[in-house]
Amino acid sequence: MEALEKLGKYSLLLYRSLRSLYEVNTYKKNLVSELLKIGYESVPIVLLTGVFTGAVMTIQTAYQLDIAFIPISVIGAITSESLLIELAAVITSLVLAGKVGARIATELGTMRVSEQIDALESMGFNSVSYLVLPRVLAGLIMFPLLYIFASVSGIIGGVVAGYLSGALPPAEFMSGAREFFFPWDVTFGILKAFVFGYVITSVSCFKGYYATGGAEGVGQSTTQATVLSCIYVLLADFVLAAVFL
Amino acid sequence: MIEIRNLTKSFGSNLVWEDVAFDIEDGETVAIIGRSGCGKSVLVKHLNALMYPDSGEVVIDGKNVFDLEYVELRKMRQRFGVLFQGSALFDSLNTFENIAFPLRYFSELDEAQIKQKVEEALEMVNLAGTGDRSPAELSGGMRRRVALARATILQPDFLIYDEPTSGLDPQTSDEINQLIISMAENLNITSIVVTHDIHSVLKIADRVAYLEEQKLYWHGTVEELRKSDNKKLIDFITASEYQIRS
Repeated sequence: MEALEKLGKYSLLLYRSLRSLYEVNTYKKNLVSELLKIGYESVPIVLLTGVFTGAVMTIQTAYQLDIAFIPISVIGAITSESLLIELAAVITSLVLAGKVGARIATELGTMRVSEQIDALESMGFNSVSYLVLPRVLAGLIMFPLLYIFASVSGIIGGVVAGYLSGALPPAEFMSGAREFFFPWDVTFGILKAFVFGYVITSVSCFKGYYATGGAEGVGQSTTQATVLSCIYVLLADFVLAAVFL
Repeated sequence: MIEIRNLTKSFGSNLVWEDVAFDIEDGETVAIIGRSGCGKSVLVKHLNALMYPDSGEVVIDGKNVFDLEYVELRKMRQRFGVLFQGSALFDSLNTFENIAFPLRYFSELDEAQIKQKVEEALEMVNLAGTGDRSPAELSGGMRRRVALARATILQPDFLIYDEPTSGLDPQTSDEINQLIISMAENLNITSIVVTHDIHSVLKIADRVAYLEEQKLYWHGTVEELRKSDNKKLIDFITASEYQIRS
């Protein structure tokens, strides 16, 4: 019963967000700010995650495929495929669930318990349009871009790790990556990032917007936002794989 | 005029109050008093539909606020200014931007006019020259005054004060009381003050509503309050160590 009530509140919040799409003047300033916070400020952690994921993936694949009759270019193919289809989107999103989700839930939760959201509403302001919509829109726009950064940095990390570890030269890595490259993989990765961006920002907004109970309540909301975002990202990943692959 | 008609509110199985009914006339200052946790703040949040009741109506200009569509409700809310208990200033904005916030979204004023209005508002609350300070750099009393400037910047018809003097020293409380009086007199605003500061009540209010035993226990003018022999009411007032008959 409680779960149904929460689902209803979540749906209503998103419905109110969608209904206020035309109120561009209300959210445009916050949208720009959120694009920078979610996108620009996440680039370093996304690049770092991508580089190390690609590097580890290359070394582990080389270790597992240490068999004479398999061409070493396959290491590049497996690494790049895995990054594009799965790892760049999922690992980046799990990292961002902590960074972006926690920030959103904390910001909105603090505004809720300190009555700043009530203050907005009492002025006749649409607080959902002002606070929730720009965060969700920014997530939808920036997560696919961050996925692309993660993929490129992951491949670079793989190439470098392959070269430094002596597993395979860069030319072999890129040859394998090119041979098994399918444009659909990138499309699928972008679709995943789009869905994950929506999941993380909307769940975090929901948890923060309805936070209760002072500092402790904000802490709980932040924890729940992060944990639930991770769980829903993994669930969505499974559903998308089952439907599209 | 605000007509509160038979409001009942509960949270789950906990009844807050039931059948609360009284009117707030234009231009008057009504104090809502009662013990902590009796639902005073909850009651005033119903006046501009920040909360919805289990049953009952709040009628403003013949319209029940709980029946309004969201677009209409937002217009109605713009007729209210609210001074929240914790001031509710936006952390991310400085003092100037906090006060300018409603003007930027709900007025046609240009930047120069907004600057002039905000400076006038800061002067009115005796905080001229503090526009560039962030809320974190202000004392509790200063934050209340900034919040008051923000709440009145659009010249609302009704002003709700939620515990305006709680946690403040007596001198700062007195300054806030003077501001409430001058707002009511100079801007002809109808004021609704939630408080348990009896000193404030006797100074600023025209009428008093006392919440007790999950209902509107007593309701009358300040003069009637002074003369009342209702034991519960007297106990509540004398507990504040203020001798109303002295």
